[in-house]
Amino acid sequence: MTPAIPTAKALGLYSCHTCGLLSRPSRRGDSHCARCGTPLHLRKPHSLARAMAFLVAAYILYVPANVLPLMETGSLFGAQENTIVSGVAYLWTSGAWALAAIVFIASVLVPLLKLFALTVLVVTAWRRSTWRPYQRAKVYRMVELVGRWSMLDIYVVAVLVALVQLRPLATITAGPGAIAFGAVVVLSMLSARAFDPRLIWDPVHEARSLDGSPSIRHHNP
Amino acid sequence: MQKKAANFLSPIVACNECDLVQHPIPLHDEGWALCRGCEGPLYYHARGGVDRAFAFALGAMVLFLVANVYPIIELEIQGNRISSSLYGAIEQLWHQHMKILAALIAATTIVLPTVELVIMLSILLALRRGATPVGMSLLLRFLHEVRPWSMTDVFVLAVLVSLVKLAHIAHVVIGIALWSFGGMMVLLIAAANTFNLRELWEHVNPE
Repeated sequence: MTPAIPTAKALGLYSCHTCGLLSRPSRRGDSHCARCGTPLHLRKPHSLARAMAFLVAAYILYVPANVLPLMETGSLFGAQENTIVSGVAYLWTSGAWALAAIVFIASVLVPLLKLFALTVLVVTAWRRSTWRPYQRAKVYRMVELVGRWSMLDIYVVAVLVALVQLRPLATITAGPGAIAFGAVVVLSMLSARAFDPRLIWDPVHEARSLDGSPSIRHHNP
Repeated sequence: MQKKAANFLSPIVACNECDLVQHPIPLHDEGWALCRGCEGPLYYHARGGVDRAFAFALGAMVLFLVANVYPIIELEIQGNRISSSLYGAIEQLWHQHMKILAALIAATTIVLPTVELVIMLSILLALRRGATPVGMSLLLRFLHEVRPWSMTDVFVLAVLVSLVKLAHIAHVVIGIALWSFGGMMVLLIAAANTFNLRELWEHVNPE
């Protein structure tokens, strides 16, 4: 049995989302952090609704991002449209297996897994679930960490478009899929930032204070 | 130059992830302090402090300037050389009516890394002189928002992927800018790790 640690919320303290300073806000409720000036909120305002809204938009755009061509390659022998999947297949058949694996993971698997993971996080937080908070917190950390790396494909398109302008032999132009793909990356990053990880723990802490048993376990490092 | 003996001044901190309140302990070695409740990262302690962070940031800035001027990749096709800088790539997209995309790339690889570096350098320069810079809290707040969107590291990996894709069309020469971007990426990560936001906030006194 370890002594229960209070949450800032239980102590009536607001933790600043930017600089981490703990403060006791004035009665009026529209206070700002004394150190950095960020508006104070107990939890990020409308966290779940905003996270879900970004998420739904990202799901919708995930379809054109994969179906529409990222790039259009034109040459003397006709035009060819490249989607993400065909790009991975090309790297694979040309023998660059490691890169094919990296691109497949970074541009197909990660964006989709990220959307699924965020959906699970938002839905469980919405239902005030006390299910596996440690694992969910870890998933959240991972999602925040890997989110930016999906921009990789957009940059590849930009580099190829800039270099391969050899009229009439070969030209590459960016396709509409690239815009959708960029939007998916940005929207899922916004969704992860809108989600407040404290919402994973709030029901856990409340359950603990209700039945009096510490549901927080402690590892000794 | 080092003003603080103990590396943490706040008597209590709350975990950013699970909201548990705890007493921070000073860390002597480089590393993370983890939350007692959720095992999430509480705060980081870096070695070296202001001088070291300044050296990293200044180095990153110099390499960044080089990286923006010189070509990233050069192609050699039948004696002709085609090369493109980052700026050229963005311009090309802009002319292909991909203005949103061009803006997104310009923001994440040129504008926001510049903002990040300028803010870091201006704060560190002031701290080295023993002063707290004017508007430091605003600058730190801005930095906090900008950092996730500054994506030099992702861009470097993307250029490497492009190299492989281009290798079958033509002889590919790695340009000066790619080496510079690679070096800048390493220095920027080192600077960001040493430039510890949580410790820097302790320099700002609540009003």
